[in-house]
Amino acid sequence: MAEAALPQNVAAIYEPSLFGTYSKKVGMWLFLLSDSLTFGALLYAYSYGRISIANWPTPFHSGSIINATIMTAFLLTSSLTMVLAVNAAARGNEGARRLWLLATMACGTGFVVLHGREWSHLISEGLRLSIFPAVPNQETASEFVNVSKAVPQFASTFFALTGMHMLHVTLGVVYLGIIALRRKFIPILFGCWLVAWLATPSYSPFHYAAHVLLIAALACSLILWLKPKVYDAADTEVAGLYWHFVDLVWMFIFPLVYIMSTKII
Amino acid sequence: MEDASQLAIEARVAEEQRHHSVTPFFWVWGTLLVLTAIEVYLGYQNMEPKRMLTILMGLSIVKAALIIGYFMHMKYEASRMRLLTMCSLVFCLAMMMVFFPDAFRIIYLGVR
Repeated sequence: MAEAALPQNVAAIYEPSLFGTYSKKVGMWLFLLSDSLTFGALLYAYSYGRISIANWPTPFHSGSIINATIMTAFLLTSSLTMVLAVNAAARGNEGARRLWLLATMACGTGFVVLHGREWSHLISEGLRLSIFPAVPNQETASEFVNVSKAVPQFASTFFALTGMHMLHVTLGVVYLGIIALRRKFIPILFGCWLVAWLATPSYSPFHYAAHVLLIAALACSLILWLKPKVYDAADTEVAGLYWHFVDLVWMFIFPLVYIMSTKII
Repeated sequence: MEDASQLAIEARVAEEQRHHSVTPFFWVWGTLLVLTAIEVYLGYQNMEPKRMLTILMGLSIVKAALIIGYFMHMKYEASRMRLLTMCSLVFCLAMMMVFFPDAFRIIYLGVR
């Protein structure tokens, strides 16, 4: 084998890393930089609409603001637990690492559930995209019907921005699940898909979005089958970078989308 | 197989992290929660949108710096890594601001 031929003092004969760290981390940073441009473009699109349209709606009642504030607290707390997981992994404390990762996943799941509830409420009130299935018995006089008609850019940018972020959080929870539980997480993921698919009504966008979990479960099964490994401190740190990025993006979405569109009575 | 030099670097990074105290992370978490509370408070002040946007984005940049610096460990990375990632990010995002004058043109002059 190739590694059998390597001498003991490997670090001394290899050229040191240009960035002083391992390539997995540099790779994740490069991915995050490209992803930040994706979110940057969506945030700029939202801001462009906010500036250029004089009658931009400010539809968020205190209920929505409280909901979004709790979601923010969930994400901030999940970042703290993620840091503690990375620290536990560096110390070689496997039990603590898994526990903190599960706590991070719980906070992330809480965020997605609250966000889903918020979306469902807005859709039932009439804020919707044309691609969403029609909600049966929806009154045309619902609060957001006029908003969707008068300023269609609001619904488009709102759902694109928050939907993209929700997708990232969902995939982040899956990523952490694989890092924490490896193969044991696959049946849990299939179970989550079934629950999400069957528990949501057919007119809800989440009824179709639930299939993201199925695709993720299949992709993760394939990855774990092709390259089974024990995830170490470096893998935990790289996963942590992704998770903190998701938190970071929300720090811009929350004030721009929710706080700037607060309904003051 | 994994590159042996990579494993050596990973082991060194993990060794460095073992010496990081977790106390600053709790302080950062508390600060982020306080800044969030300030943002929510500002949301209910009847402020001019442009002024409010400036304050909110300022607070968001402070929050982002805390997250990148402490939670994402950028504070502990080599200066070359910090410069490469942060300069390229700021430059690319700043380039997108080229769209804003057009938004102001629409709101002040209308669509022609």
